[in-house]
Amino acid sequence: MAHIHASKTKPDYDVIVVGSGAAGGQTAYTLAMEGVKVLMLEAGRNYDPATETPMFNTPEQAPLRAMSTPDKPFGYYDATIDGGWEMPDEPYTNASSEPGREFKWWRSRMLGGRTNHWGRIALRNGPYDFKPYSRDGLGFDWPISYEDVAPYYDKVELLIGVYGTNENLENTPNSPDGILLRPPKARAAELLTHRAGRQLGIPVVPVHRAVLSERLDSRGIPARLHPNNPRAAAILTDEMSRRAACFWATPCNRGCSIKANYQSTTVHLPPALATGNLDIITDAMVASLLTDQTGKARGVTFIDKKTGRDHQIKARVVVLAASAMESVRVLLNSRTAQHRDGVGNSSGLLGKYIMDSVGAKLGGRVPMLENLPPHNEEGAGDGAHIYSPWWLYKEQLAGKLDFPRGYHIETAGSRRMPNVGSFGNLERLSGVGYGRRLKDEARRYYGSSVAYSGRGEMIPNDDCFTELDPTVKDRWGIPVLRFHWKWSEYEHRQAAHMQRTFAEIITTMGGTPGSLDATGREAIAEGGRIIHEVGGAIMGADRKKSVTNRHSQCWDAPNVYVTDGASFCSNSDKNPTLTIMALAWRAADHMIAEMKKGNL
Amino acid sequence: MKTTDPIQRMSRRDAIQWMLAATGAVSFAHNRGFAQKGVPAAKGYGLDPNLLEGTVPWSRTMSEAQLLLTTRLADIILPHVDNRSPSASAVRVPDFIDEWISAPYPDQTRDRKTILSGLTWMDAESQRRFSKLFVDLSPAEAEAICDDICHQAKASPAHLSGARFFTTFRGLVLGGYYTTSVGMKDVGYVGNVPLATFDGPPPEVLKRLGIEKQPW
Repeated sequence: MAHIHASKTKPDYDVIVVGSGAAGGQTAYTLAMEGVKVLMLEAGRNYDPATETPMFNTPEQAPLRAMSTPDKPFGYYDATIDGGWEMPDEPYTNASSEPGREFKWWRSRMLGGRTNHWGRIALRNGPYDFKPYSRDGLGFDWPISYEDVAPYYDKVELLIGVYGTNENLENTPNSPDGILLRPPKARAAELLTHRAGRQLGIPVVPVHRAVLSERLDSRGIPARLHPNNPRAAAILTDEMSRRAACFWATPCNRGCSIKANYQSTTVHLPPALATGNLDIITDAMVASLLTDQTGKARGVTFIDKKTGRDHQIKARVVVLAASAMESVRVLLNSRTAQHRDGVGNSSGLLGKYIMDSVGAKLGGRVPMLENLPPHNEEGAGDGAHIYSPWWLYKEQLAGKLDFPRGYHIETAGSRRMPNVGSFGNLERLSGVGYGRRLKDEARRYYGSSVAYSGRGEMIPNDDCFTELDPTVKDRWGIPVLRFHWKWSEYEHRQAAHMQRTFAEIITTMGGTPGSLDATGREAIAEGGRIIHEVGGAIMGADRKKSVTNRHSQCWDAPNVYVTDGASFCSNSDKNPTLTIMALAWRAADHMIAEMKKGNL
Repeated sequence: MKTTDPIQRMSRRDAIQWMLAATGAVSFAHNRGFAQKGVPAAKGYGLDPNLLEGTVPWSRTMSEAQLLLTTRLADIILPHVDNRSPSASAVRVPDFIDEWISAPYPDQTRDRKTILSGLTWMDAESQRRFSKLFVDLSPAEAEAICDDICHQAKASPAHLSGARFFTTFRGLVLGGYYTTSVGMKDVGYVGNVPLATFDGPPPEVLKRLGIEKQPW
């Protein structure tokens, strides 16, 4: 089995997986390694990081020196192809165009989806993050606890490879010994941040990222992950041994041809394909689920984007892993006699409670970083080596803060490869207008800027939801999503707190912060912009108050699973990808058990 | 690289520009004037361009005269210093600016208006003050104009539109220059090479920062 054409499918798949990113990749991996016959449908084209990644390419080799454009919003060399905020063939709409009311939807239509370009920050939710309502009376508790998910975090970290350390911090779980890879050394700006943090009482510790700071143990790990399945272990050993350690150059967001960071295309899909149990069809745009008279799914309909033809495929189980909003869209568009408002919508909650992370940023200049002797600071693919986990849990619980949930801080600042904008404010900084002295000033200021970004938890609210647009359809004739969005004061106040904190850090470093927004209303990023969107098919213990159950299974159609972020009923400050993978592995285990019992 | 590559072709055109400038053939520029072309109808590179071999799908649109003025001004902003730090035009910054303002994307379309109207302003100001085109000014004359417009925050009302142009133009000159291998080296960028280990800042940097040792 392998990559196949839409017309070459087999009649007897056990499971159809819609999507090939973190959720689809992990689901397909777990199933295929255990002998389940899987068909994966990916809406984008095939993509091979080994041959398509622009490793070491320089700005001079790209149009506009690789600066971002609407076609490539994160720059020419970003791994994303056939994606972005706006795609001509696949529009979406917003119910309101007022400031702060729009949601921006990032798509990545390619094999591996967003895992090809993501920041690789891989944080575990902590115990509080699964029971937020019990702590402060806001939002929803998950029907599962940290203990339910912890074994799956362990497995995912072992499989994908994550660097970092155990710091014994509140609601910031340690990994068992022997899982995390060595953290990279801190860069100059990160060292100054660490020192400022000590003065301010803000923890600054190694971040956890899915980058191989050292080679994985390709004998020990597969045996640990697949103890009763020697064939799966042997396949994984073979694939894992093909992954090189990071060579400390070329940005991770381009993808990685030496497989030193995690991408579904380099880590999940190769072993799953090697089992012979996985078929993949690319350019396959799923439109809706097929259901039978009992309401269970029979399969899916999809459009072959290359031919424009409709296809129907059947299987015992359907897994939606198409990215949170896209999975919700497929469910909403599956209106049948048994599911008049879409599959999984008997509660009326399908599409409700969508969330993003609260994002705000502040930069500054730090004189101590000026005129430093040249040295290489690229590190782990230009990505973060440090971060600050949320540190004010006790103050928050005691009611000393005017917002209910936490954020973590990501630090940027190093002598990275200059881009067209790197010296845009050189005249304002230096007072030099032009000429030979301007070159001296460029040497002086290069590498002396820092920037801090907060990633905070929003509270799910009734004003943030998505539905099918009543009139607009995409190029394939599928109704598009219409978004409704509104931040609450909680998020504005949190963004304001971020701004004040970042200014304090920069000042403590002896630097000058940029102008900060005391209200948070200007500083807060638009909904969707952080690309941590989750929810819309939230899980719960009560089928009247949720769309999916504790196994990511649709209450209304038990052979439909949603293994991407759509099932999240809260969105902690921890970036969602690691949790998506852990829940996908857990859901796949449940499918296998239920199929064995004859329940699916 | 194939000879049909647009960059190669552009470098030949740059060479012609240089010849014209060196031989003082500026009457050519004077005669042609700055007849403004409309916004290019070209398309962008789309959502799935070849990332390994980036090619610019749109044509450059600056006139010979615009390129000559761009070259003169870019080299005033970033002049030749020594072999390590050549002038802006020596690393083909004018061609980069032409590529930039000819692109069909919103930011570049906005900059196109600023740059082309600003080049016209520069010549008008030169004519007003010295009865010459900007490219024909002596270094002192050219600097007299630049001094009036190089600090936008302090520019007089009469010089404000020139100052806005200068800010955008200087941004593109700096951006174009420091994204070349020569410019990167000049500011002390030493990355984009594989390393066996990442050791963090060297001891002399740690000493400057007052850091005794790496925390982990």
